[in-house]
Amino acid sequence: MELYRLTITEVRDLLERKEVSARDVVNSVYQRIDAVEDKIKAFVTITRDEAMKMADEVQKRITLEKIQGTISILGIPLAIKDNLCTKGIRTTCSSKILYNFVPPYESTATSRLIEQGYVLIGKTNMDEFAMGSSTENSGFFTTKNPWDLERIPGGSSGGSAAASAADECIAAIGSDTGGSIRQPAALCGVVGLKPTYGRVSRFGLVAFASSLDQIGPITKNVRDSAILMNIISSHDPLDSTSASVPLPDFTAVLGRDIKGIRIGIPREYFIEGMDKEVEVSVKKAIKKLESLGAIPVEVSLPHTGYAVATYYVLATSEASSNLARYDGVKYGFRAGGKDLMDMYMNTRAQGFGPEVKRRIMLGTYALSSGYYEAYYKKAQQVRTLIKRDFEEVFKEVDVIVTPTSPTAAFKIGEKTADPLQMYLSDIFTISVNLAGVPGISIPCGFTSNNLPIGLQLIGRHFDEESILKVAYAYEQSTEWHKRRPDL
Amino acid sequence: MKISKEEVEHIAKLARLSLSGEEKELFGSQLSSILDYMEKLNELDTRDIEPTSHVLSLSDVMRDDTLRHSIPREDALMNAPDHTDKFYRVPKIIE
Repeated sequence: MELYRLTITEVRDLLERKEVSARDVVNSVYQRIDAVEDKIKAFVTITRDEAMKMADEVQKRITLEKIQGTISILGIPLAIKDNLCTKGIRTTCSSKILYNFVPPYESTATSRLIEQGYVLIGKTNMDEFAMGSSTENSGFFTTKNPWDLERIPGGSSGGSAAASAADECIAAIGSDTGGSIRQPAALCGVVGLKPTYGRVSRFGLVAFASSLDQIGPITKNVRDSAILMNIISSHDPLDSTSASVPLPDFTAVLGRDIKGIRIGIPREYFIEGMDKEVEVSVKKAIKKLESLGAIPVEVSLPHTGYAVATYYVLATSEASSNLARYDGVKYGFRAGGKDLMDMYMNTRAQGFGPEVKRRIMLGTYALSSGYYEAYYKKAQQVRTLIKRDFEEVFKEVDVIVTPTSPTAAFKIGEKTADPLQMYLSDIFTISVNLAGVPGISIPCGFTSNNLPIGLQLIGRHFDEESILKVAYAYEQSTEWHKRRPDL
Repeated sequence: MKISKEEVEHIAKLARLSLSGEEKELFGSQLSSILDYMEKLNELDTRDIEPTSHVLSLSDVMRDDTLRHSIPREDALMNAPDHTDKFYRVPKIIE
């Protein structure tokens, strides 16, 4: 049996029945990595030795303890995006400026995974500091889409999505500031969930845009997404933006009837310029939901057209401030210079890649004296309008259904010349971060070129349960999630 | 809106980035077209709209004023490109 192909639930059943050991599972995943990683390039760091140690530790727990129903990832190999701090294990954000950074502490999200006995397989590639939609902005290399090696896997969590689709892990963790979990999940044919802002502690997540960043799971099916949500969600005193809200069992809603649930179809998301095949697949998916008893309602999110501009003012402003800390003093790369100022300027010039510099420049401009009101404050006000759009619509419907991305995976190099074109590929995911609501992308079809297409479901604040319930109902009535790329 | 070379240099200095002549050219034109796109926001009347800095209704979050664990000094210095046993070391600041 090819253990690496399995889901969390399937591996866990085999471990519980003692049919395989934790080491068997880990070995199988590394065999897969050895076979395909040269083609995919999903990982910045592979942690084989540590993983074997973790597997042996976990095996003791499996043997000694009677496995509790709540410990659902004991012995499960996961890949972690390289912007989550892992104590003693290099964490680079795919940036030259952090090429040698070894965190002295563990992020809260991965601490919770450790408590539950997960096995870290490796740290995955991403766009540098999570700025990008394709992994082409990685300071090291571009990850390939497992469905077509000439295409991008999406980004910024492209390494985590590609590793999941290529079965180089059982599941993965990513982060999402403007679509960085959902868009690569859609383009790689896997499930990606961005939780409500405040649901998952961001302590130990290297900051990009603090009012938008959120950590979430990338998995092979919806159940695994719910399982990981149960573990990583928490109120954490170390992150003052983590919310103190009740934590449901996210798996409890799976399998519940969706009859009578109202699904909103926003007319602004079915626009000129959207790929025909994407449109057809998403409309078929809506029909499918209708056949399962959901009630489609046409709705309007009138400020959708302003989301990309709003996002790029806010995200770059916050980034320019957050990235001020990379000064060649406390950690990471340092360049020479004739004095302190010269050292700062050279370190940042040589350490950051072009997209990161561009965004720092844009954010610095927007926040500079005389421009703050015209850009940052204006964008914060438009953000209020976008948030209100969602509040209005959620008075009428339970879940909003949209495409995740206007196109399937594009070719490597196709959009690198024009940053604005690249920014517009996030057009359907960005509003969700601005409004702070949860969103999930699930596979809903393939193009004639055999490239995956994603369906996005958006829920109310702290109502991940509704989107998981609808996503699961759809998944169980289709076969898309069972397809795997030929590698 | 056209961003002049002087503006690019001013912003780069504020951002502590030394840019090559080529980068100044490129960023100047790219920032100009991105800012043109952002002009879109001015189509909207936002006179009485409260800005959203944050989607959650959280106010100041305080922790208890008690002693708690912090990272040991040697761990905090471990990643520094240059340090003594107690301090970060940087190029000379005062002549």
